[in-house]
Formats: sequence, structure tokens, C-alpha cells
Amino acid sequence: MSDARAGRRRAPLSLVLPAVAVVSLLLLPFAYLLLRAGGSSRGWQILWRRATLELVWSTGLLVAGVTLASVAIGVSLAWLTTRTDLPGRRLWALAAALPLVIPSYVAAFCLLGAFGPRGLLQQLLGVERLPEIYGYWGALLALTLSTYPYVLLLTSAALRGLDPSMEEAARGLGRQNLYVFRRVTLPAVRPAIGAGALLVALYTLSDFGVVSLMRYDALTRAIYLQYKSLFDRTPAAVLALVLVALTALVLVVEGRSRLRTSRSSPGVARRQRPHELGRWKVPALVYCGTLVGAFLAVPATVLGYWLARGLDRAESPLGEAINSVSASALAAVAAAIAALPIALLAHRYPGRGTRLLERLSFAGNALPGIVIALSLVFFAANYASPIYQTLALLVFAYVVRFLPQALAGTESSLASVSPRVEEAARSLGRGPLRAAFTVTVPLARSGILAGAALVFLSAMKELPATLLLRPIGFDTLATEIWRFTSVGAYSRAAAPALVLIAVSAPLVYLLSSRHRPEATEHG
Amino acid sequence: MKRSMILLALVALAGCGGNDEGSNDTLTVYSGREEELVQPLFERFEEETGITVEVRYGDSAELAATIAEEGDNSPADVFFAQDPGSLGAVEDRLAQLPDSILNRVSPKFRDSERRWVGTSGRARVIVYNTDELSAAEVPDSVFELTDPKWRGKIGIAPTNASFQAFVTAMRLDVGEERTREWLEGVEANNPKFYEKNTPVVEATAAGEVELGLVNHYYLYLVKEELGEDAPIENKYLPGDDPGALVSVAGAGVLDGSSNESAARSFVEFLLSDDSQRFYVDEAEEAEIPLVDGIDPKPGVPTLAELESRGPSVDLSSFGDELERTLELLNETGYTS
Repeated sequence: MSDARAGRRRAPLSLVLPAVAVVSLLLLPFAYLLLRAGGSSRGWQILWRRATLELVWSTGLLVAGVTLASVAIGVSLAWLTTRTDLPGRRLWALAAALPLVIPSYVAAFCLLGAFGPRGLLQQLLGVERLPEIYGYWGALLALTLSTYPYVLLLTSAALRGLDPSMEEAARGLGRQNLYVFRRVTLPAVRPAIGAGALLVALYTLSDFGVVSLMRYDALTRAIYLQYKSLFDRTPAAVLALVLVALTALVLVVEGRSRLRTSRSSPGVARRQRPHELGRWKVPALVYCGTLVGAFLAVPATVLGYWLARGLDRAESPLGEAINSVSASALAAVAAAIAALPIALLAHRYPGRGTRLLERLSFAGNALPGIVIALSLVFFAANYASPIYQTLALLVFAYVVRFLPQALAGTESSLASVSPRVEEAARSLGRGPLRAAFTVTVPLARSGILAGAALVFLSAMKELPATLLLRPIGFDTLATEIWRFTSVGAYSRAAAPALVLIAVSAPLVYLLSSRHRPEATEHG
Repeated sequence: MKRSMILLALVALAGCGGNDEGSNDTLTVYSGREEELVQPLFERFEEETGITVEVRYGDSAELAATIAEEGDNSPADVFFAQDPGSLGAVEDRLAQLPDSILNRVSPKFRDSERRWVGTSGRARVIVYNTDELSAAEVPDSVFELTDPKWRGKIGIAPTNASFQAFVTAMRLDVGEERTREWLEGVEANNPKFYEKNTPVVEATAAGEVELGLVNHYYLYLVKEELGEDAPIENKYLPGDDPGALVSVAGAGVLDGSSNESAARSFVEFLLSDDSQRFYVDEAEEAEIPLVDGIDPKPGVPTLAELESRGPSVDLSSFGDELERTLELLNETGYTS
């Protein structure tokens, strides 16, 4: 009721102006990219080149592969750790979610450092050649390792909330475990799996670090290569738009499939009786042990080994860590502030206009980092030279890319703050803005903080925009890991990788315990 | 709102802090040359002059494209590139250099229009693994590398400006068609691509590939790292094969640099006797000094030898050719 009444109120200009300003700033560089790619006659030629279509194909192949693998691993581990009598399942559940703290390009570094040329295994075994890790399978492995936890966490949550009576009914009708799982359990958690798969697909589409280090011809890598190695930068701009189109396609397909799923009511919450694994207990343990062991042991061993190897001439990554933290902190603060007017408008003054603003500010979700970086390079070099190659531009790129996370955090807690409190403040004579900032914002601070923390975390791990936009001499943990891994100097990549994990891990833990998996970052 | 305005202002201020391009004691250099190789030179310059050098590292062609994109807004004062092609590609943006700088090197190694000058010489070589191959087994011409027997055994750094300069030389020497055939032939042999030259030489030493197309001095850098007995050697190709190209790294001063005199003194510094001797005295450096009277390291060809080697091509014309070379590499799958 109160919402409906609020809808008739006119949104105050003091909120609308900043919100419109933020959203137009967000879209400006992208608009310029459109102009730049569309304005050249070569644009269309490049679009229909065979090479472009091949890139789309190989990108699609990787997205499909990683999504399938992540769903298979994530769902099976989720089921085993929530619904069965697997010994030590709580511990397994925790261990299986741990790879969440490993950025995907660090996973790639770990795979290369272990199985790559001159890697750990080659040195230990003393063999000259191992099967090639570069290419599709290497990229698939690294990306699956760092994305399956999304599926795992979402599916686990859904499984835990499932009403057990349906499964019991099916079993009461004499159906076997596998049948029950396939026909009853799986459909009920399908929306959660779908949401996880969407996150994985978007992550893979926008991933730059893994495909570059693994030398797999995905769109992001091609954009970067063309940017670097062609004098004419139109092809890079055109490919960037192709990538945006693919991302939009994934979002549309997912939206469609969500419409088709039916939802059953959660029913009465009741303790679920775990399935008895019986003679499958040992195979299940071996399965969990192999997966979790490999996903945790390989990174730990590789990082430890190369750190030890590089100790004698390692440089402390302190300076890079400070750079990473300060840029990310600035981005977190800026994103939280920029998200406020948009979130306030969307929640307190719902209407077509404010909803459009909110939608538009989610654009960052559909813009992979390399695309944002490229459009900002073009835009700033030509029209915003005072901030070109400054920290301000890098922070701006982070805000464009990660604003949706700040927005999701802020909106989640705004929803729980009753508008009546604010109305009371207004009836006592406060203006709309003052009421919002002195009453609502403090009440919503936990969500705002969570959103800011997510932005911080994502900015810490961000690679492509940082590579292209960082000021001269501004090395971050991410760029150092990238620089050394790409030339095979694994012993020098280990220290920054460990520091990055050490800084992010506590935050990941805090945030995942809040169960807010819908707002994750894309690497 | 007031608080947020203050925070926004802080963010903006924090961003501007790093940007003091206008001040006289800071020089901004775009370096297409690797940090490992040239960082000591920058440090020496800073010590000698008290001028702070800010360096943006990248591939030479990438930085040339960046300078072109930035236009008059470019913060760069000096462009220090790995090859004449990248320098030439932005020659419209470079200021003319004085005779005192230009005359330090032979006319062959500087721009005929005075806009850039070579600062050190390099020879293209085939680096090879001595456990796998003898010098005689290594081809005498790059054209033999299309032979299927080299399948999976060749290492290349296709985004590297030195490789691009070599391709430009081949185009100018034997024509577009034969160059394209050669590129496609080598590509059919499944060569391994690396980010830079150093990893190519390291991979050759590790037996990952048997030979690599690189500049001569990376051998010394890698041997310094791996030890003198690392199983790698350079083969200097005989005659006028494109693979025997002699090229230069060079520098130019950006026209409209806010700090032109410091920029010029940096280029002058690169050609000073001390800096030129750097390539001889430092263990891991083995580039060829371009200034008369300073001989290179033992085992490295001298300037006189260099001038008589390789295909006869005009380095000054490489700039006009860079764009076409890059497109060709893109079309043949080397950078796509």
C-alpha cells in the first residue's frame, strides 16, 4: 500500500539529477564505442569475416563446456553434501566452496605452474614433454575450477530449502533413488541451477585472464590481441560489440527459460532425512576426495612450490598490494555512493522512469571488463584527457563494471527499511533528501557495506581493465600475476598470487556467509 | 549529500595526484623495450640529471597505436621503441632532432627525415637448442622453415616489434606474395607462439622448441639466468637472407612534448659513450653500440660487419609499412 502511494509522489530533483548523471556517465563510453565501431565502413566487413565467426564459435564452445562441467560438479557435490549421509559432509561442503577465493587467472597460473612447460610436474618427473595444457582443455579446467562453487552454493541452498515430502511420496510409490533425483529433486532446484549456470556462463564470456594465459581463441583474448597488435583499432571495437551481443543473448535465453520453469511451493520446512548411500559410500567419498583434493591441492602445492623457488630473489609485493587495495577501496566507496540515488529512487519512487534508470545501471553486468576498458581508452584519450591514464579513470572503470553489485547490496537492505520511518521524518519537516540520508541510509548500512565489499573484492581481482587503464608505473597484484605468468616466470607470480588470495579470502568468507550469491563478479 | 560530494571530490583528487606531466623534473617515456633490458638505463639517467622518468611499458606497435590514438593529448615525451617501424609509424608526431644527436650514428641507422635515431643495433638470428641440433642442421635461410620437418619445433613472438620488423624486411625484400606464402607455410608447421623474445629463448633452452626466431642479444640475457652451459646458441644467417636483417632500437621526441629539452637530453644520453658502453660492460646485455669507436662484446658482430649484412632495405621506410605488416600477420593467423 505504502509503495503504491509513494508511486504517485514525484521523485525529488535532488535525487533524480545525481541518478541521471551517474547513469549517463556509465553509458557514455559505451555509446562512444558504438559510434566508433559503427562509424567506420570497415566495421561491417570485419563483422562478417570468417575469423570473427570462428571466434564466436570457439567462445560459445568454451561457455557451453565450462557451464556443463560446473553444473555437473556443482550439483553433484551439492547433493552429496546436503542430502546424503556422506561422512564429514559439512567439512566437504566447506572445502568444496573454497576455490571461490581463487581468481580464475590464478587458477590458470596454478595449472600452468603444475602441468605447463617448465612447470612443477615436468621438473619433478624430469620428462621433456607433457601433454599440451594450453588451449581448450586448459581453459576449461581453470574456469571450471573457479566457477563451479557458484553452482554449488546456489544449489545447496535450494536443496536445503526443499520440502522433503515430494521425494518421500515418490519413494513411497516405489521409485528408485536415481529416478527420484532425476524426476523430483532436480526439477525442484532447477531455478537455482539455472541461476548458477547463468553466472558461470557470464563469467566465462567475460573472462580474459584464463583464455589469454591458456592461449585459447576466445573473443576477449582476440580483442586484446587486436588492440595490441593492429595499428587500426576498429577491429577491436567491432569484436567488443560482438561480445556484448553474445552476453545479451545469454541473458535473454536465460530469461526465457526461467519463464518456462514451474515453481512448487516450498511447503512446510521440515528436517530432511539424508539418503543412505550404502554401498555407494566409498565411491562417493573417492569422488569428493578426488575433486576437492585436486581443486585444493594443486593450487596449494603449486603456489607453495613456486614461492619457495622464488624466495631467494623475490621482491615483496607490498607496493603492488597497496596499489590494489587503494584502487579497490576507492572504487568501493565511489560505487556505493553512486548506487545510492539510483537505489533510493527505485525503492521510494517506483515508476517507469526510475525503473529504466535502475535497469540501465545494471548494464555493467553485460559489459565485460575488456569492453569497458577499450571504450574508456578510446573515450578518455580523445575527450577526457585530464583524467586519461590517471587513477580516477581506472576507478571509474571499476565503478561502471561493478556498480550492479553495489546496487544489489544497497537494494537488498533498502527493501527491509520501512518507508514509514522516512515518512515520519518527513512529516517532522525534513526534506526528502535529508530524510533519506539521515534515516534510511543509516538503517540500510549493512547492505550498503556488503555491496561496497563486493565491489572491493571484484576490483581487487579485476584484470583486463586494470591492464589497459592503469596509470604509468601503477602495478597491482593482478597485473603482476599476469605479467609473470604470461612469460612463464612462475616463481615470481607466486607471491602476488598468495597475497591476493590472503586479502580476498576473509571477505569471500564474510560475504558468502551472508548468502548473497546472486551478486557475484565476473572475472 | 554533502558528505558524498566531499568523498567524490576526494576520489577525483586522488586520481589527479599521479598526474604531474607538466612539471619540469618528470619525463614520460613510452618504452616498447623490455623492462629487464632498459630499466638500468633509466635509473642512470635519473641519477645523472635528477629528472624523474615515468615509463609506460608495452609492445612497440601497441604504444605507437596508443600515441596515434592519443593525438595531441599524449602524455608521452619520448618514444623508445624496439624497431624502426613503430617509430616511423608515428613520425608525424615526432619532432626533428638536432645534428648533435643524429650525427652520432651512421645515416643507415637513423630516419632520413631526422625524426628518430637508432640507439642500439641488433641482428636477427635463429637461436637453437644445441642438444637437439648442430649449427649445420640449423637452416641457412628462414625460407627453409616451411619444410614439414620443423613441424612443432619453431618458437616465435608474433606481437613483438622485432619479429614485425623482420616481416617488413621480408616484404620489402622478396615481395608481399612470397612473404604471405612464407607466413602461411610456417603457420602450417604449427609454431609455438610466445609473448616476448625472452620466453622464446627460454623455451628453446628447455627443449620445448628446437629453434626460435629472435634478436641476437636475448641469448646472453637467458644465459645469465640459466648459466653459461645452457644448451642454446645463436646462428647468424649468411648473406642477404631476410632472416639476417640488421635493425635498430631507437628513440624519438614527441612533437609538442611539454618537456622537450629534457626529452632531447634523454635521447642524447642514450647515445652518450657511457650509455653505449652499457651494452658491452653489463654481463647480460649484448646489443651492438651504434656510436663509432665502441666495439661490441666478443662474439657479437661489429658495426662494420653489420653494415654489410642482411637484406638491403631502408629502415626509414619501415614506418609506412608497419600497418600493412600488422594486417598481414593478422590475416595469416599470427595475431588473431
